[in-house]
Amino acid sequence: MLSLGALAGLSLGNLSCTRRAREEFLQKHFREMTEADKAAVIGRLEAQYQQQYGKAVRVGTEPAVPGTLWGYGLDLSRCIGCRRCVYACVQENNQSRGNPQLQWIRVIRLKKGSLINLENSEHYYDPATVPEPGFMYMPVQCQQCENPPCVRVCPVKATWKEPDGLVVVDYNWCIGCRYCIAACPYKGRVFNWAEPTLPPQEINPEVHYLGNRPRMKNVVEKCTFCVQRVRKGRYPACVEACPTGTRKFGNLLDPASEIRYLIEHKRVFRMKEDLNTEPKFYYFFSA
Amino acid sequence: MKAWRFFRETVQMVFVGTRAYTLWCAFLLAVIGVGIAFYLKQLDQGLIVTSMRDQVSWGLYIGNFTYLVGVAAAAVLLVIPAYIYHFDPIKEIVVLGELLAASAIITALLFVLADLGRPDRFWHMIPVIGILSFPDSLLAWDVVVLNGYLVLNTVVPITILVKTYFGKEPSRRLVIPLVLLSIPWAVGIHTVTAFLYNGLAARPFWNASILAPRFLASAFCSGPAMAILIFQILRKTAGMKIKNEALFKISELMAYSMFINLFLLGAELFKEYYSATIHLAPMEYLYQGLHGHNALVPWIWTATAMNITAFILFLIPRTRENLVTLNIGSLLIIAGVWVEKGLGLIVPGFIPDPLGEIYEYLPNSTEIAISLGIWACGLLIFTLFMRIAIPIQRGDFVHARHEKPALPPQYERIKP
Amino acid sequence: MKAMPFIICCMTIGLVLPVLAAQHNEYPVSPPPFSEGIFPCSTCHAGLAVNTRKRQLKDEHTAITLRHAEKERWCLDCHSAGNRDKLRLADGETIDFTESYRLCGQCHGNIYRDWKAGIHGKRTGSFTGGKRTYLLCVGCHNPHDPKFKPLKPEPPPVRPKAQYGK
Repeated sequence: MLSLGALAGLSLGNLSCTRRAREEFLQKHFREMTEADKAAVIGRLEAQYQQQYGKAVRVGTEPAVPGTLWGYGLDLSRCIGCRRCVYACVQENNQSRGNPQLQWIRVIRLKKGSLINLENSEHYYDPATVPEPGFMYMPVQCQQCENPPCVRVCPVKATWKEPDGLVVVDYNWCIGCRYCIAACPYKGRVFNWAEPTLPPQEINPEVHYLGNRPRMKNVVEKCTFCVQRVRKGRYPACVEACPTGTRKFGNLLDPASEIRYLIEHKRVFRMKEDLNTEPKFYYFFSA
Repeated sequence: MKAWRFFRETVQMVFVGTRAYTLWCAFLLAVIGVGIAFYLKQLDQGLIVTSMRDQVSWGLYIGNFTYLVGVAAAAVLLVIPAYIYHFDPIKEIVVLGELLAASAIITALLFVLADLGRPDRFWHMIPVIGILSFPDSLLAWDVVVLNGYLVLNTVVPITILVKTYFGKEPSRRLVIPLVLLSIPWAVGIHTVTAFLYNGLAARPFWNASILAPRFLASAFCSGPAMAILIFQILRKTAGMKIKNEALFKISELMAYSMFINLFLLGAELFKEYYSATIHLAPMEYLYQGLHGHNALVPWIWTATAMNITAFILFLIPRTRENLVTLNIGSLLIIAGVWVEKGLGLIVPGFIPDPLGEIYEYLPNSTEIAISLGIWACGLLIFTLFMRIAIPIQRGDFVHARHEKPALPPQYERIKP
Repeated sequence: MKAMPFIICCMTIGLVLPVLAAQHNEYPVSPPPFSEGIFPCSTCHAGLAVNTRKRQLKDEHTAITLRHAEKERWCLDCHSAGNRDKLRLADGETIDFTESYRLCGQCHGNIYRDWKAGIHGKRTGSFTGGKRTYLLCVGCHNPHDPKFKPLKPEPPPVRPKAQYGK
């Protein structure tokens, strides 16, 4: 069995017979790389992206900022379900645009009066204008659980929780078994069922190794609260894109942060709290 | 030298046989070839060529995997009644059971490989050179116990066969503990496989503690059903000495297992339907259809009818002890449990998905072709195992032949 | 944590400098969304007599229909009659358009409090260290007709069955 897998692996690894393919095949787990290993991998990736997209792409590996634990707030009273966040995220995070289309944010429409029974949710609403009378909207993305079931189930530790609370994936280590998708109660993970399609003119060249760098087929990906932005003190793209100010973000360890203010002054809840996943994504009602 | 000759002759032997044997192998190879062609397409384009999507991210492959782990577990458990009831050819049943288990495990692992998005990164799972997340990930547990089980179930029969070939008794001190170990290990592999799904709080359909017992009960139906058919085929084609009484005893045990299986299913259905919480949805999807989506409903009712019919056939001594009805019952169980545990267990776990979306999954032609290819591969492996094991056990293919040159090797006579 | 020195710094400045300047620093707002060429208002209003009678405007500003407690108030409750380039608080204090949140906050106290904390409305840029911008209330709400207007939603995701092939 093992040898079969190794054989399949070797044959794939050698398909193009290039040095890059060999290096990619033999690449170590990100957390086991030395600084020199990382530099070599980043160099290889940047050269590859340059060739693929005809643009200089800067691949960052910024580590977590000490003393930070990122938290998100979402005001269900304000969301009108316009999906601006979805497409801002796609653009910022270099998701596959179509065939397959990958999106990290799912906005679901619920009948007013029902919040917990998601079976009544509508994912494909498409009216002329939103909001529609009688409905409310609930955007859902990775909840960056403190106790993430997806991390626990991964057989190769290709996904883990960073010190700043972000759950990330090493796309080069993922074996594509999709156990994490089965384990996630929030549909927070999506799979590259085919080679991602990202038009070169649309690539966002400011990327992070653990975040929005271009992905490959048959690996899983997810929201990272825009790791490439938040570790530099910038708001996530969805926060900035929201036309109604529904989305809030901040450092849970900073008592003066927006997220701490809203936890203190608003009534917040977390999705499926009964599962004990301890999400760092707080829904609230400002009105 | 002796070992080399044994090896060489073994290899030579699998290439010759009766016409039926040759045709059977050619047929299996053809099916495998078709499967490989489809698999290459899947490797090239990605898993998009299957019907699986983010909403239902596991399907036919993982369903087959689960079913085969059950077959593997149950095959070894045949050893228990063989001991308890002193079936005549105990040693042969041990060898047959364990080789069936080994074939089933290899087939199950091939299904995992087919489901894996990045088989090129398979080495990431190998301890030391890769990272195996043990003990956190139940999938890592499964990798460990399944591979251990595979080793166990190849070591024991190979030891017995090699010793028999050289005309010696296998060392009881080695074989008996290993056979005894393989029994709890068989329970273990199926329990771990059940826990793989069971531990996911995100999927209420699987998150029921009755899941592992149900897995075992259904495995003890489908595994022996296969064994009953295989015993009869080998008895006809290869002159294996197994009495009808042994088959009837196994079928009696299957009646008990099926009773427990149906009882546990009933317990699960009662709990879900009487309490009728929102977690009823997957069950409703499976048995009644949900919001107009009902792709699995005809499947599960057919399977339920098959299981109940088989249960009745095995319960009544007259039908149980009639080879025709016994075989009908076995076939019904094999198919019924396959649906119940393949499509019926894996797919509804994903429907509705965690955000309430319903995507109706049914496998497409690519998945079916690859799955048939893997099944054919498993059958071929088992056939080849039998091709070697049976002549050895019957005493046709033994080392002693070489000490009496008057007897030329008669491969044609040594049919599987 | 990094936001702390920034906030403390702002508060210190607020204590030392006049209130107006302090609030400009504490809430770095984006420019008010004036219609093109309308500001400064004094360009036209400087030569006009002030008419304090509540009435319907027929010659200018005809596009404005007041739907904001229109029974209770009209233009000069918020726009300074004496200096058209300024807004007017209830106590008669005149303020710049860039400080309009103070005007709104007179009635919408809870929302003003949330806005100051960053919970109502939107901030963009850097939440720590670098440049951060607040949207003024009027960045999202038309002050004469503040109810948020419905939008055309972006397209729904592709259904799983349509995710086939290339």
